[in-house]
Amino acid sequence: MQPHVVSNVVVLSLVGGGLLALLRLRRSPLWREAGAELVRRRPVALAVVGVFVLLALLDSVRWQGGDAAAAGADAVARFEARSLVDRLFSDDFRERSYSAPLAAEEFYGNAPLRHPGRHVLGTDILGRDVLHLTLKGARVALLVGGFTSLIVIPLALLTGICAGYFGRRVDDAFFFVSSTLASMPGLLLLIALIIVLGRGPVQVCLALGVTSWVGFARVARGETLKLRELDFVHAARALGVSEGRILVRHILPNLAHLVIITFVLLFSGLVLSEATLSWLGIGIDGSWGQMIDQARDELSRDPIVWWNLAAASVALFGLVLSVNLVGDAVRDVLDPRTLRERR
Amino acid sequence: MLAYLLRRLAAGVVTILGVLLFLFVLFFLVAKPEDVARKALGERAPKAAVEQWIVNHGYDRPRFWNPDHPADTMLVDHFRRMLTFDFGASDADDVPISKRLREGIGPSLSLTLPLFVLGLLLGIPLALLVAFFRDTYIDRAGVVACVLLMSVSTLLYIIGGQYLLGKILRWFPISGFDPVPGVIARFLALPVIVGVIAGLGDSIRFDRTVFVEETGKDYVRTARAKGAGEARIMLRHVLRNGLIPILTQIVIAIPFLFTGSILLESFFGIPGLGSITVDAINANDFATLRTMVFIGSLLFVVGQILTDVSYTLADPRVRLE
Repeated sequence: MQPHVVSNVVVLSLVGGGLLALLRLRRSPLWREAGAELVRRRPVALAVVGVFVLLALLDSVRWQGGDAAAAGADAVARFEARSLVDRLFSDDFRERSYSAPLAAEEFYGNAPLRHPGRHVLGTDILGRDVLHLTLKGARVALLVGGFTSLIVIPLALLTGICAGYFGRRVDDAFFFVSSTLASMPGLLLLIALIIVLGRGPVQVCLALGVTSWVGFARVARGETLKLRELDFVHAARALGVSEGRILVRHILPNLAHLVIITFVLLFSGLVLSEATLSWLGIGIDGSWGQMIDQARDELSRDPIVWWNLAAASVALFGLVLSVNLVGDAVRDVLDPRTLRERR
Repeated sequence: MLAYLLRRLAAGVVTILGVLLFLFVLFFLVAKPEDVARKALGERAPKAAVEQWIVNHGYDRPRFWNPDHPADTMLVDHFRRMLTFDFGASDADDVPISKRLREGIGPSLSLTLPLFVLGLLLGIPLALLVAFFRDTYIDRAGVVACVLLMSVSTLLYIIGGQYLLGKILRWFPISGFDPVPGVIARFLALPVIVGVIAGLGDSIRFDRTVFVEETGKDYVRTARAKGAGEARIMLRHVLRNGLIPILTQIVIAIPFLFTGSILLESFFGIPGLGSITVDAINANDFATLRTMVFIGSLLFVVGQILTDVSYTLADPRVRLE
């Protein structure tokens, strides 16, 4: 099977799973109320996040054929799998080199452009449309946040819950591993992991997963410690419910709000970390961090080339800011301590 | 107190041993000696040169178990050398790593120390001010400003600072370093300003939460009941009590002053420990990288013990359990 088909299946099943989870949550009045409150508090930030997610999903489903084949492009381009976002920008929608936003001629020398006035954010050094590159960055950002969380959350929940619930030896082992990982400076650990594992999107997500596991697992452990002593867990144990079933049916659902809060708060940190890694040359291809990194030298040109940097930074800032705002609201809405103040 | 201290020390030693084990797995088991050699010598290095390199750097010995000489394995050697601070030579250019570290610590400290002090001097009063206006529009605007500050990537602060203050306004040199006493400040001003601003949002928000939490406590109500003014309450009562949790954050940051700032140093051309790390990344210098990670975690563990001790000294209510 071709790689793009595999990735399409993965993306679509993730979307399906997410929608199913959302539908299940909607059935419970508590979650429905929290959701409504969230929308009421942060309509704009939620909408912005929604646009980014939509862009990323549209850019994640790719297929072959289409206008590249019709336009008589070369053999490589004809069989390249392209997403809907790619198809909005046809294959020959490029220039020879830099051009300013909406310019009619090239930035250096005054040769007329092939598509005068149509590059909304200009073109980069290779003549690629900056708007196109910026839109594609959304997918990388969500990949970093989403894929990493997909690795971390189940692992952190499993380890955290077991440490909190079983205590003793399990907890000792957990304490040893987590304090070992936590004692290594985050950025250094990330660098060491990526250098040893090799560069690439999967390796970056794995490394980010290792560094963010500790915080997540500790939250899960702490909450499990509290839940373990509650009456309904005692009751379940007295009724002879098996340990595994207690964990899955009684402890896990009560951690759901924490998972969501931690996930959202973690997300923006992951995206910013990737930008830092890109600058160190070990990030993911096509990310906004990489665009910023490449744009550094452009500022020392005269006249300066600013649109690359501006486009990538605004996109990065917009996503991180709206996720931060949503994260704060999610915490306020789902945290039982602030719930009372709301009423 | 002594028993508590000893127990903390023992836990710290266990953590350090854990870190060494982790580094061994990562750098000696996951990373194959051939790959390390190829990365250092280049992909197309002849096979003989690769083998010679592996022997020279000691990557050819048995990893865990040597029946003839039980002590002569990479595992034992790794632990022994790290724990005796005998870091050996760099994988990239054979310069002794400890020499590099000694040279880098001065520039790193000259950057991080002013950065740290200024950050505190600016962050805590601002947080107190925002907390003073809690539940007003000033507070809300302050929190929003913090979130805005936090949402900007450090890269942008650096690029923006270099461009605006260095290139357009020409207040400071864009990058460089000169350890002569009078000249050093000129070069350090810009990275320090950028670093302070980049960290401000995070610290104000954290400190504000602490202060606001304190204002809800009983002693504040008592102070108000006996007629103390709001300003006096904030400065005499809330600040002093709030500093206890903030202290933990501060003390734990102190060891990291020594590891420098990777981003700031390499952007501004300061030859500190952060720059050494970046060079190690670019040269695939595994020996230097694992030394940096080890030193970082060693300092972290020391910082944690210091935090616990200072916590008990600052707050007599904390019992040594």
